[in-house]
Amino acid sequence: MQPEFALFPEKASTLAARVDALYYFLIAVSGFFATLIFLLVIYFAVKYRRRSATEQPQPIEGDLRLELLWTILPFGLAMIMFGWGANLYFSASRAPSDALNLYVVGKQWMWKIQHPEGRREINELHVPVGQPVKLTMTSEDVIHSFFIPAFRMKMDVVPGRYTTTWFEATKAGEYHLFCAEYCGTKHSQMIGRIVVMEPVQYEQWLKNGNGTASMLGEAPEVAGARLFQEQRCVTCHGADVGGVKLGPSLIGLFGKTVQLQSGESVTADEGYIRESILNPMAKLVAGYQPIMPTYQGQIDEEGLLQLIAYIRSPGKTAEPAGETRAEQ
Amino acid sequence: MSESHAALAHQFDDPQQQAEAVTLGIWAFLITEVLFFGGLFTGYAGYRANYPQAFAEASHHLDILLGGINTMVLISSSLTMALAVHAAQSGKRQALVAFLLATIFLGVVFLGIKVIEYGHKFEDHLVPGRAFTFPGPHAQQVQLFFSFYFAMTGMHALHMIIGIAILSVLVVRAWRNRFSAAYYAPVEVTGVYWHFVDIVWIFLFPLLYLIGRH
Amino acid sequence: MSTAAIEAHDDFPTPTAPREHYLNVNYGVKSWLLTTDHKRIALLYLTSITLFFFLGGFFAVLIRLELMTPAGDLVQSETYNKLFTMHGLIMIFFFLIPSIPAVLGNFLVPMMIGARDLAFPRLNLLSWYIYVLGGLFTLCAAVFGGVDTGWTFYTPYSTTYANSNVMLTAVGVFITGFSSILTGLNFIVTIHTMRAPGLTWFRLPLFIWAHYATSLIMILGTPVLAITLVLVALERGLHIGIFDPALGGDPVLFQHLFWFYSHPAVYIMILPAMDVISELITCFSRKRVFGYSFIAFSSVAIAVLGFFVWGHHMFVSSQSVYAGLVFSILSFLVAIPSAIKVFNWTATLYKGSVSYETPMLYAFGFIGLFTIGGLTGLFLASLGLDVHVHGTYFVVAHFHYIMVGGAIMAYLGGVHFWWPKMTGRMYPEGWARLGALIIFIGFNLTFFPQFILGYLGMPRRYHMYPPEFQILNVLSSAGASILGLGYLIPMVYFLWSLRYGAVASANPWQAKGLEWQTPSPRPTGNFPETPIGTEEAYNYAPQEAEVV
Repeated sequence: MQPEFALFPEKASTLAARVDALYYFLIAVSGFFATLIFLLVIYFAVKYRRRSATEQPQPIEGDLRLELLWTILPFGLAMIMFGWGANLYFSASRAPSDALNLYVVGKQWMWKIQHPEGRREINELHVPVGQPVKLTMTSEDVIHSFFIPAFRMKMDVVPGRYTTTWFEATKAGEYHLFCAEYCGTKHSQMIGRIVVMEPVQYEQWLKNGNGTASMLGEAPEVAGARLFQEQRCVTCHGADVGGVKLGPSLIGLFGKTVQLQSGESVTADEGYIRESILNPMAKLVAGYQPIMPTYQGQIDEEGLLQLIAYIRSPGKTAEPAGETRAEQ
Repeated sequence: MSESHAALAHQFDDPQQQAEAVTLGIWAFLITEVLFFGGLFTGYAGYRANYPQAFAEASHHLDILLGGINTMVLISSSLTMALAVHAAQSGKRQALVAFLLATIFLGVVFLGIKVIEYGHKFEDHLVPGRAFTFPGPHAQQVQLFFSFYFAMTGMHALHMIIGIAILSVLVVRAWRNRFSAAYYAPVEVTGVYWHFVDIVWIFLFPLLYLIGRH
Repeated sequence: MSTAAIEAHDDFPTPTAPREHYLNVNYGVKSWLLTTDHKRIALLYLTSITLFFFLGGFFAVLIRLELMTPAGDLVQSETYNKLFTMHGLIMIFFFLIPSIPAVLGNFLVPMMIGARDLAFPRLNLLSWYIYVLGGLFTLCAAVFGGVDTGWTFYTPYSTTYANSNVMLTAVGVFITGFSSILTGLNFIVTIHTMRAPGLTWFRLPLFIWAHYATSLIMILGTPVLAITLVLVALERGLHIGIFDPALGGDPVLFQHLFWFYSHPAVYIMILPAMDVISELITCFSRKRVFGYSFIAFSSVAIAVLGFFVWGHHMFVSSQSVYAGLVFSILSFLVAIPSAIKVFNWTATLYKGSVSYETPMLYAFGFIGLFTIGGLTGLFLASLGLDVHVHGTYFVVAHFHYIMVGGAIMAYLGGVHFWWPKMTGRMYPEGWARLGALIIFIGFNLTFFPQFILGYLGMPRRYHMYPPEFQILNVLSSAGASILGLGYLIPMVYFLWSLRYGAVASANPWQAKGLEWQTPSPRPTGNFPETPIGTEEAYNYAPQEAEVV
């Protein structure tokens, strides 16, 4: 981090340099026009200052060519700015497919981060250099916003839904993490650090923690598998009961297109899975009865993320139920 | 003959200007009301699009008979209001008073039926808040429906109450002969307002009561 | 101060106030509190908004004092959160939104169109009482411990989690909204139906165009805020879950409803200011405005387009990327008319006869500061960049450049310009120029460092901050103290001038416009007979003018 005074923030992600480039362009254009206006105003005000109390200048109605010029030229520049910014925004919203998937849960007034291998952190995020990282985030209470100035990255964290963003760090070091949406008394203390490490050190850290305040717990997908059993999801989403499918199979579900009873089709992403657990009737899958109960209030946000991790994990079998069902 | 109010306010140059200003004023005010209710309608529309089944289920718990009766009552009251304006225009004091009273009466009937409906909802534990209970998986969204139901019909009822109060004042003034063929702007303006309140209900009724009914 | 300063402008050798005018036609508290004269109502508003301005300013002083050091050592976090919330609420709803329309607009709109009063004078008085009532509710909320949701009331914090006086404040703002609606309604009807014969739309002063466009926004936008606050109050009181996801609601729906009003609201605050500037520049260049119809249409374009850009406050809120695209491009479009105005004002100076009285100094300041503020809006409209600067001090700097560097400077310029018409007195020119200069310097020192702070990443609404941000914060706070001093100066000399200021003539600035055609201060009914409009607006021209 930069304890010394600086005029520009550090660039530490692939996006940062691109955002800064747009920023410099805007500064240049704004600077040019602001200076132009200032100089013209001062020049006219001095050159045409009133010299006698009775002088009366000739009226000038206007000039269509000038009006067109100073309408079309700013319009053109504005469209360039729009296009450039939109392009950046698209890049920032689409994570590459090889991104590491991390989960973030914000709550008053702390950040909880879950690595897929099992390490959990509070108010700190360790990531490797040169590896895209996708964050799937939600809030347990009010709206917060996950902001890393050095990465030029920000995304609100909203209760009741998932938001996602991604970055690829380019420079090892420590950077600020801020909450950027006012969330109550300790909003300005909902801060932390982003620690970017060389990949080798990151692997080490994942295993050992290196004396940081992180915890090594079970990998979320392992916890998710356990929840899947505990909450009896397996009853309907496991093997068929007497040849009748009670609930849709979850094997390979993640990322697939699902046909709904209403005729629409949706992509089975994190938000879809979360909603289906909490509000099963919202998106009823075609060909199934509306018998799934809601788990609202029974599974917290972290549990939901663990279930999602389990459902999306490769090599998962949806039939762990074969033998265990008999025990239920 | 009736004694008409002098009624050209000092800021206006002539009665036509005054009439024009007053008419534009009430229409501008109604546009603000459209936006006001519009906010509620927008919120409702958003949630209904998200939870169509829950909203349909909730809607079936509304009393379509009472709602239908109320619709007829309100439409009739718009008729009596229009007749009141016509009576004012023609300088007929007794007819004016009678039609204003009829409008008030119908408005009160509407509110009375609404009170009955609200009472039923209260008994059925369908009033949002701590006492709300609803069997089935959709309880939360049904509560959302009823929140909008009470907000929208409640806001509408509030506008009706204000309308009835204004009509009552008009009845007194009409009885005291304050209106004539030359001066009846307050009656006309109130008529426009009353028709607007009626139209809001014409939108509310199908949106709330008639979801998924054929 | 001596009378020498005004003699150059004088029409008469020794100006005397008319015998009877609206200020002395009757005395007594009742004659003021029950007045229906638009000029008196304007002064009622002037008094009340000035009180709120200093209250909001006091909160700002405390905020900047706290921010001198990185640690939260002046007040506790909860208090700090209440300070910035109350600062925003008071400044926006109780100062900026009424300021120019309710003070200058109320005073001048009838006069500029040759009418005796507004269309509905009693509604006008009612609007002031509603404003005061709403203000009292909000003051009560402050006295009972304040509210800490931010002026934006985001849910579910405001509906479910906040422990402060949200209901009281929501009610106060809800009530005050009706004041805005009534004012707008009054202006629209007046401008449509009460223009003097011969005063066609394109002969109207641009001040009228701006107030018309502003009034459209007032009546179309404010009701949506009203219903949004009703829903917040219902949810908070009854726990019904419209915005709380735990109860099935959508917190982002609140943001859509809120910003649908609150974005156009910023145009309520700036449009009247822009055309005060049109009035000032034409008068003090003694020249017709350049591109009259372009400026007039720009006002309407801003009002209309301004309703379609609210989503630019929500680019990182989980709004869809495609919605973001639409809002971004529209936000760039809405900037174009403002740019057109700035160019036209600059061109008005060309070959004019420019003098540097205080109102003109404020106009110069406006052009410079509004230009910077407007250009930084482009940074925010740009999606990729907004992701970084949203929720930081960059946004705070942007809107203060427009609201304070723009709207407040225009307001002050307008008050100085029309002071002789309102009070029959002149303010002391030397002190006024000094005040303008101090305000300009203080303002820039306060807010320019905040652009840098924002890009560095300092979030807004932060009570404490990392130490590397301190230098810029100290600069900003230093500027704030200068700015505060700058605002006190006009307060003092305006009050002084009421008693000791030189008596003003009917038209000390030799300005065009119907409001200058009769004595200062005006008699209650403005014009003995309805005037007839025959001239174009800003008809500054030599006798044998050849229009270029």
